[in-house]
Amino acid sequence: MTGGGLSVGLETAPPKRGRRVSPMVYLIAAVAGLAVVSLVRVLTGANDLTSAGTTQAALTAAVPLAMAALGGLWTERAGVVNIGLEGMMVLGTFGAGYAGYQWGPWAAVVFGLLLGVVGGALHAVATVTFGVDHIISGVAINLLAPGAALFLSKEYFAKAPGGGQKQSPPIEDAQKITIPGLSDWLGTIEGKHWFLLSDLAGLLRGVTTQLSLLTVLAVLLIIGTAWVLWRSPFGLRLRSCGEAPAAAESLGVNVYRYKYIAVIASGAFAGLGGAFLAVSSGQYRDGQTGGRGFIGLAAMIFGNWRPGGLATGATLFGYTDAMALRNSAAVHALLLLLAIALLVVAVMQYRSGHNVLSGVAAAIGVLFGWWFFASDQVPPELVGAAPYVVTLLVLGLASQRLRPPRMGGEPYRRGQGA
Amino acid sequence: MRSLTPRSVLLGLIAPVGALVFAAAVSAVILLATGHDPFDTVDAMATAAQRPRTLVNSLNTATSYYLSAVAVAIGFRMKLFNIGVDGQYRFAALLAAGLAGAAFMDSLPSFVRVALTILAAMLVGAAWAGLAALLKVTRGVSEVISTIMLNAIATYLVSYLNSPERLAVSTAGSNNIGTPKITEGGRVPGFEIEGSSSKVFGLVFLAVLVGFLYWFVLSRTRFGFELKATGLSESAAVASGVSVKKMVIVSMLLSGAVAGLVGMPELLGSSYSYSLNFPVGVGFIGIAVALLGRNHPIGMAIAALLWGFLFNTANSLDTAGVPREIVDIMQGVIVLSVVVAYELVRRYRVRAEQRAVGHALGRTKTAEEVTA
Repeated sequence: MTGGGLSVGLETAPPKRGRRVSPMVYLIAAVAGLAVVSLVRVLTGANDLTSAGTTQAALTAAVPLAMAALGGLWTERAGVVNIGLEGMMVLGTFGAGYAGYQWGPWAAVVFGLLLGVVGGALHAVATVTFGVDHIISGVAINLLAPGAALFLSKEYFAKAPGGGQKQSPPIEDAQKITIPGLSDWLGTIEGKHWFLLSDLAGLLRGVTTQLSLLTVLAVLLIIGTAWVLWRSPFGLRLRSCGEAPAAAESLGVNVYRYKYIAVIASGAFAGLGGAFLAVSSGQYRDGQTGGRGFIGLAAMIFGNWRPGGLATGATLFGYTDAMALRNSAAVHALLLLLAIALLVVAVMQYRSGHNVLSGVAAAIGVLFGWWFFASDQVPPELVGAAPYVVTLLVLGLASQRLRPPRMGGEPYRRGQGA
Repeated sequence: MRSLTPRSVLLGLIAPVGALVFAAAVSAVILLATGHDPFDTVDAMATAAQRPRTLVNSLNTATSYYLSAVAVAIGFRMKLFNIGVDGQYRFAALLAAGLAGAAFMDSLPSFVRVALTILAAMLVGAAWAGLAALLKVTRGVSEVISTIMLNAIATYLVSYLNSPERLAVSTAGSNNIGTPKITEGGRVPGFEIEGSSSKVFGLVFLAVLVGFLYWFVLSRTRFGFELKATGLSESAAVASGVSVKKMVIVSMLLSGAVAGLVGMPELLGSSYSYSLNFPVGVGFIGIAVALLGRNHPIGMAIAALLWGFLFNTANSLDTAGVPREIVDIMQGVIVLSVVVAYELVRRYRVRAEQRAVGHALGRTKTAEEVTA
């Protein structure tokens, strides 16, 4: 992503289309990843790494991130950079708080979405119609939205029963489903702490016990997005606006309209993310999003501007978030995982001939490994930084594998395309 | 260079003034819709504005805002978005406060202490921004993304370091924690103002100096010329022998160094410690101020004063029963509408120029002109 800025440094990454990786490879990679996690768990005794409780907490934390990331995916694929996701998410949390305590969780979801749409529409008018720089418009929305949300919160929640100046009255949680029978059986296996098998059981129990309908909806939205953007003519046109808007225009695509749709959809997703956050934590609070819009953006970049990738990124970042809340010993084990991942990157970069990068990756990996062995725990204040550090590492060490939309962040004026 | 005709002055002013009027109108509508009287709000702010203390505080707040705006503007002039001023100044202020409050500093002369503190802040700010520059020139990572990430990492680092086991001490009788108070010799004295209980920060002069240097470097040195040239057309700059990579690194380091200064007036002039209630978000305000002031040293000063004034008069609104966030809304609307207005004026100028050229070219010459 050039963000409309300077293109210096970008010439180091020649665009190359890799061969298509079959689903089988992904499956093997996932199992291998789980095996490594399991090994680390057995070695360190941090059983909470793959417990059902952690899985549940990780899913709850991942859902808002995934929604923000989906929002990012929609706009960036249409060539509009949206760092206002954070602000739109804040609007979503307020909308959810306002409707949620009065009419229940599903009204909260709808209102959160609608307020997100308002934020998205603002960004669309500024960037598409008026050609304002995307970053600037995003920053302005991030300044405006928290102020607006807090203003409205003081207006509407201060006098409501159970509410306050900076928080809404409680919102009822959405329905949860449990697959009967399966949960107990998996729990027994999980309790044995066997290698790999218990981990798998823990993960499965996490996703089959007390699963929120909001999570199910989020998964459906990710799959739906993947289908719409990559399997439908509409999606092809939308993505063409992010790759070559002038060419798209010449083929009769109304670029402005597609950009509008994409940016408004992005606001809707960010608002949904905010709503999910407010509903799952039981109320709206000022400052509740805490940078989750930015983590969503990070998850999208980590996921290489693709739905499956961003889901992985959101799960990973949600996982670290959950770990930070639950147990510091298991967080400590994450250091070792990070070190192993970096060493894998080092080997891969070495094999593709990037010796310097490989060296840097190996050095950072060794550093994390040393941190793991030299300490007993990670300071809890630092765990929250993990998603950002990981994203910077991915960008710095593996960016030649990333493939952002070509014209992302470039203002587009009809008839002036290159 | 455009000449200063009444028409060009009018076109230059119409965007910011129009945005202010529009933002005021939007705020009034919001107030009316939520059952408040806009005139009461204006009245409360005007009453607050008559207190010398409010004006002194506005100037003090504006000092930080101005430094932050300059830090942002250095990047803006070459199309480099330093979104990370926020993280840079907080990290820099914390570490500088830790240094300035350390016991060994007591034995040094006052001037050296202050200079060391400020230098440390500049170095930390520059280093934090330098990470983003390094990622950009070696790996092509967008500075927008990397500085957003670095902001968040700085937040966690600051909360890690600002704890009693590390740089901070807890204050007796409150649950605030912060670095040890800087003792008398390490502070920068302020100026008493008649009728005001707060003093004007001594480091106001630092902001003036930075503003002057910003103007001087940009318009009177080769470096400034190359910086602006890179911002206007990267390919043209490369063709004329500018090393864009070097420019990115140098300007990002400069921007970070100025960002490091943002916390200094507050730290050395009033709080004397980096604690939990140290101002946050000034980096983002700097972006707004730089946009409103169009990266111009004087324009940004006016915008910073306006922003500081709005911030300090907003305190009086809560007592008037209006949530003070109406000011945040107003500021947000100003930023958004001013960038839209600048864009519209730019388009109008281009069209007017094209019309003028077309007019001049399209005129058929008279018989006398042809024979002459």
